[in-house]
Amino acid sequence: MYRIEELIIYRLTNLAKKITGRNFLISLPSAWIIVFFLCPCFILLKISLSDSVISSPPYTSLVDWISGNVLQIRLNLGNYMSLLSNEMYMRGFATSVLIAGASTICCLLIGFPMALAIVRSSPKVRAMLLTLVILPFWTSFLIRVYAWLMLLSPSGFINSFLMKFHLIDAPLQLMNNSYAACIGIIYAYLPFMIFPLYSAIEKIDYTLIEAAYDLGSSPMTAFFSIVVPLAMPGIYAGSALVFVPAIGEFVIPELLGGAQTLTIGRLVWNEFFGNLSWPTAAALSIILLMFVVFPIVLAQRRKEIRLLRDVR
Amino acid sequence: MKIKWPNVILFFGYMFLYFPLICIVVYSFNESRLVSVWSGFSLKWYKALLSDPIILRATFTSLKVATISATVSVVIGTIAAIVITRFHGFRGKSLFIGAVTAPLVMPEVVLGLSILMLFVGMEKIFGWPAGRGTTTVIIAHITLTLSYVTMLVQARLQDFDRSIEEAALDLGASPLKVFFVITLPMIFPSIVLGWLLAFALSLDDVVIASFVAGPGATTLPMIVFSSLRFGISPEINALATILMTVLSIGVIIAAIAVHRKNSQQGISTE
Repeated sequence: MYRIEELIIYRLTNLAKKITGRNFLISLPSAWIIVFFLCPCFILLKISLSDSVISSPPYTSLVDWISGNVLQIRLNLGNYMSLLSNEMYMRGFATSVLIAGASTICCLLIGFPMALAIVRSSPKVRAMLLTLVILPFWTSFLIRVYAWLMLLSPSGFINSFLMKFHLIDAPLQLMNNSYAACIGIIYAYLPFMIFPLYSAIEKIDYTLIEAAYDLGSSPMTAFFSIVVPLAMPGIYAGSALVFVPAIGEFVIPELLGGAQTLTIGRLVWNEFFGNLSWPTAAALSIILLMFVVFPIVLAQRRKEIRLLRDVR
Repeated sequence: MKIKWPNVILFFGYMFLYFPLICIVVYSFNESRLVSVWSGFSLKWYKALLSDPIILRATFTSLKVATISATVSVVIGTIAAIVITRFHGFRGKSLFIGAVTAPLVMPEVVLGLSILMLFVGMEKIFGWPAGRGTTTVIIAHITLTLSYVTMLVQARLQDFDRSIEEAALDLGASPLKVFFVITLPMIFPSIVLGWLLAFALSLDDVVIASFVAGPGATTLPMIVFSSLRFGISPEINALATILMTVLSIGVIIAAIAVHRKNSQQGISTE
């Protein structure tokens, strides 16, 4: 007969022997990700299904022991229901999707010609141009948003400039609207669009375009029937890289968008810090995650379809 | 003279990218508080900034958080990258890759909120972390930056020639020795870049820090963010100029060093 302590020690040493080398290396990052990323996600889901109460922490628990031997699990879908029936939140979703979509399209329209022009330049200049695209990304994000505050605000650069030359009498209302939020997002995420576009366009065989010219096609036809289809992977990747962070953006619409540009990110923030309603904030976050996951799944499926086609 | 359209596009594109930043730098030296008046060159906003105790304390907190979180993140991220590229056939590998990269696409608001809820729950059950402070910000920032570091190092590990590692193993070196003598020097440039990226991301984050920071752990971006709600100010111009200068010089030096190291290796492997 083993004594219980001996058994435990035996089991633990066995476990310790197993956790050597390879297993230790796997378990260290796994443990971090499980505790500080996956657990929080489950807690978020859990709190989104609970009731809001005035206590600390301000939500009810899902699992209760009732009269000693009944385990009751209550899932409250009310948070989601009230979000989906409230006009303010629905407008928030629409605003977020519209701003993110418009910014993505604008990034594409600005980024595509830039990427083309960078590919066309000589290799030495190209390296420098690419560094210059990425450099603002390394300077602070907050500073890049502030730069537009500096340009657009009533006492900012553009208004001061126009008033000095008496082109306008009173400052124009350039910020605190959704256009300003769009400009901020385009400015902040343009490098994310240019890089994938650049690497897709760079791979295009230039002789194909020359062949099209030789066969008598106009530059426009050559562009739309050769360059654009071959750059498609870059267009998808770049659009996803802009749309995904743009939809959950908080700082840019908060600083440039004014009170009426209520995006999902701002709604989550307001529910948490303003209304102290944790369950509503959690439910909004879960819905926001769905908006983020959807384009990624779409891009992933496109990639798989393309791979299948290539294999055949 | 014929106008070349690529040059026109590049000119306007880079004007769009750099004009706003140049404005900040120029007006940080303006003597007047107003943008409309240029009343001469002055360093007074820099002086005001450097004698502001709140800003100095927040800068110190931010640098501490960024240094610790970037260092831990690089260690765990490099291990995760090795697991992804070198270990084959363990259960849940695709789940591992998915979970490591998922924070890349998580909106910051969601990441901040969920991690805060974890901290509150843990405090209730285990009594740790007792309250929120610098530690909670560091943990949250490690989780945020881990995926970026893993992706960078993983890309580098996938590129390089595995036959050198295999040769060393065949000649009887232990896996640990192979890692420190061969693999680590080869991936070192991307580790440095990963550290810098993690450092920059942590130094820059306002959303996650606002959720998980305690009363004594106000970081620099939190101060900047709350002052931006009241509009533009020359002190922030000066602060932004200092930050931009330091970060760009750091990135340029690192890029040159990495480039040199890469071309060195290119010569030696030929």
